[in-house]
Amino acid sequence: MTQTVTILGSGVVGLTVAAELHGRGYAVTVIDPNGAPGPHGCSWWAGGMLAADCEGEVAEPVVVRLGREAAEWWQSAGAEITYNGSVVVALGRDRQELDRFARRTENHKLLSRSDLAEVEPFLAERFDRALLMTQEAHLNPRPTLLALRSRLAAEGVSFVQSGEEHGQAIDCRGLAAQDSLPELRGVKGEMVIIRTNDVQLDRPVRLLHPRFPLYIVPRGDGVFMLGATQIESGERTRATVRSVVELLNAAYALHPAFGEAELLEIGVDARPAFPDNLPRITGKDGTIYVNGLFRHGYLLAPAMARMVGELVIDGKTPEIWHEA
Amino acid sequence: MPVFYGTDIQSRLMLGTAQYPSPAILADAFRRSKAGIATVSVRRESGGEKAGQAFWDLIKELDVALLPNTAGCHSVREAVTTAHMARELFDTRWIKLEVIGHADTLQPDVFGLVEAAKILTEDGFQVFPYCTEDLVLCDKLLEAGCEVLMPWGAPIGTGLGLNNIYGLRSLRAHFPDVPLVVDAGLGVPSQAAQAIEMGYDAVLLNTAVAKAGEPAAMAEAFALAVEAGALAYQADPMEPRDMAAPSTPVIGKAFLE
Repeated sequence: MTQTVTILGSGVVGLTVAAELHGRGYAVTVIDPNGAPGPHGCSWWAGGMLAADCEGEVAEPVVVRLGREAAEWWQSAGAEITYNGSVVVALGRDRQELDRFARRTENHKLLSRSDLAEVEPFLAERFDRALLMTQEAHLNPRPTLLALRSRLAAEGVSFVQSGEEHGQAIDCRGLAAQDSLPELRGVKGEMVIIRTNDVQLDRPVRLLHPRFPLYIVPRGDGVFMLGATQIESGERTRATVRSVVELLNAAYALHPAFGEAELLEIGVDARPAFPDNLPRITGKDGTIYVNGLFRHGYLLAPAMARMVGELVIDGKTPEIWHEA
Repeated sequence: MPVFYGTDIQSRLMLGTAQYPSPAILADAFRRSKAGIATVSVRRESGGEKAGQAFWDLIKELDVALLPNTAGCHSVREAVTTAHMARELFDTRWIKLEVIGHADTLQPDVFGLVEAAKILTEDGFQVFPYCTEDLVLCDKLLEAGCEVLMPWGAPIGTGLGLNNIYGLRSLRAHFPDVPLVVDAGLGVPSQAAQAIEMGYDAVLLNTAVAKAGEPAAMAEAFALAVEAGALAYQADPMEPRDMAAPSTPVIGKAFLE
């Protein structure tokens, strides 16, 4: 008899867990009152950088290690992955930020201006050195999520907006699971999407800055995502002028041509995080909770999904297991 | 140990709560720092419905005195409003008053600072002003009702240490009975020790710990430094002098000049 699971939530965690269990022969139902992925969930607003090494600057080693599984998983799940690495730069007076970043991360190559001119010519107009993070990749979150959901639906995964839970319940509701996981908190993030054909970038770029760090992810057709603030607040609406100005200013500092870009979207949501900002698989009252992916949704969801699969099917306790 | 507005504090170290990799690491850093006071920023996290509550609850669990601040406020009105919000949120009359005058250097607006300090003191607040080491300014802040002064060592977040030793020394000499705290600009523990050796009551820092590769270890290093500084101050350090003075007697050797 086919084993059944019910997954609550269809953000990046819910969908990767659904794909993993479906791939291993389980009958999967996904319940999400909001329907298909959209602006109501924070997966919609993500950068989509599969940048395990960069995250190592601040995040714990486990994030880096688990994050290295991401690109391959996404690719085998049918997502379009760009394996171009990413570039890290710092403005003139913050040059030492680049040294500090290099000390605290792995898998990078220091680029001179002429090296940079070959990798990202537009940046070479502005920066005389940069780090190329050679092992990193990126994806475009929205089409990736929608395509994954369509494929799963076509293959028989059932998506409903309400209904009974059958079999093992797996709660992937993100911040909404605060009702069951009291340690969960929101960390507000604001982002901006712009369009310009005056700058071309082939890979995500991080601008190190002591006050206004920024990343820019190229989405193709001249579209760029600028992210993201990180504010200790559970607020999921209300992008502030100050945050948006800081993001736009940082982009303008990265390359003045961004000054003429068209503003397409301003986004805001809160990331679900535990006090250590590390993800958890929690067992509580018979339900499995997968949560706390913080700013590492697309980076960590594949490893989380793998571990949920190993837990549910093989009975193997995940390394990030929490018994509530 | 320092006494601020009649409250005894059991540590010369005050720590900020911003920019840590996670609240768990922040808590760890506080434990190892043995800091007596945590400053907490109110302004940016002030969404509707107390949106920052989850983070503040974690801060409250640190079991230290809370000193809310007006970080990021650029005008008197903004600072005063933020102070009122802080009083309500944290149930304290203490406020670390920052009125920023220059967006790039984050230098205090000293004129706005005096004005805001007067308004807040009259309103029952106990103000900890983030100021420069200017003697006249500090005098005006005391006149405005402040009973603590918090001159910068260097601009916020720079880690440059004590930029104007002369100015800081002369503040200490002019205000022997006012609690003085070096606030901002410290990067490494030796700079904190230096401030306390000069007779400063405490130091306040954030970036130096939060942005260290190992925040908790750096927090402990600062704790040891302020302890060393205090011990040295109490031990009455020698005065520096130009003439070399050997510590072993030179009997039997000829004077060279």
